[in-house]
Amino acid sequence: MIHLELPLLLVAVLAGTGVYGILARRNAVLVLIGVELVLASAGLLMVTMGSTLADPLRAGHVLTIFVITIAAAEIAVALALVVAVFRARGDIDVTRAGEVDS
Amino acid sequence: MTTHDVLFLLVGLITGASAVLSVTTKHLVHAALWLVVSLGALSGCYLVLGAELVALVQLLVYVGAVVVLVLFALMLTHAPIGRSTAHDGSVTQRVAALIAGAATAALLAATLISAFGGEVDVQGGSTGLLAQRLFGTWVWPFELLSLLLLIALVAALALARLATSPGDAVDAVATAPPEREPIASRTEAS
Repeated sequence: MIHLELPLLLVAVLAGTGVYGILARRNAVLVLIGVELVLASAGLLMVTMGSTLADPLRAGHVLTIFVITIAAAEIAVALALVVAVFRARGDIDVTRAGEVDS
Repeated sequence: MTTHDVLFLLVGLITGASAVLSVTTKHLVHAALWLVVSLGALSGCYLVLGAELVALVQLLVYVGAVVVLVLFALMLTHAPIGRSTAHDGSVTQRVAALIAGAATAALLAATLISAFGGEVDVQGGSTGLLAQRLFGTWVWPFELLSLLLLIALVAALALARLATSPGDAVDAVATAPPEREPIASRTEAS
């Protein structure tokens, strides 16, 4: 038996922390850390629901594995992009991403 | 308080606290290291919830691969070692981000807890059933994911190679001021 309030509260905390990280940071790699936290909170919500609802397809657990895989693919492409931007511009400040001169 | 509650409270506190630290720390490298702690403790949460396979995949993929990639990217982009504030937004931006983050957390917590709150049985476990479902019902999405991973690998390689021609890779990183040659001409040259 578990009180579902605890995992659901952790889901909310992780999502809020991730949103703060995405909005408050200027370094592109740190923005990606915020994105990872939001994805982690989505995974925790799916595992919580998958473990507590009687689901013959085990959708919660399977979809969490899928989300983890997609997050790995996403961060590989995103970090390659960050390194490419760094080589072209000399910094990875997202507040100056649209400017031609850095 | 049941046993599950106590265990989840322990790992959940570590997860939440290190997540907060990873988005607020002034040291760039520490942010990635706190992310390791947070995602590692999150796999502990998965274990408490009875999802052993998901916990192991989380540990292997995130702590083993993703965080190493993040650390590599920090090193390759000349992240400053030690305290630095250059990577933080202005005070206004941070206050706005705090409001947005707190609002998101409050909204999610209120909605989810009022919808699903209560004491329930944990019925995870049974990796055998999960494997049957994964390679039975979910086998086509699973195969599509392997294709996605291949595409992501090729795309990451292409992105990393497009950005610079073979000769000046070292110069471009060593002399920080950027080269302004458009990407198209450089790919022709290479």
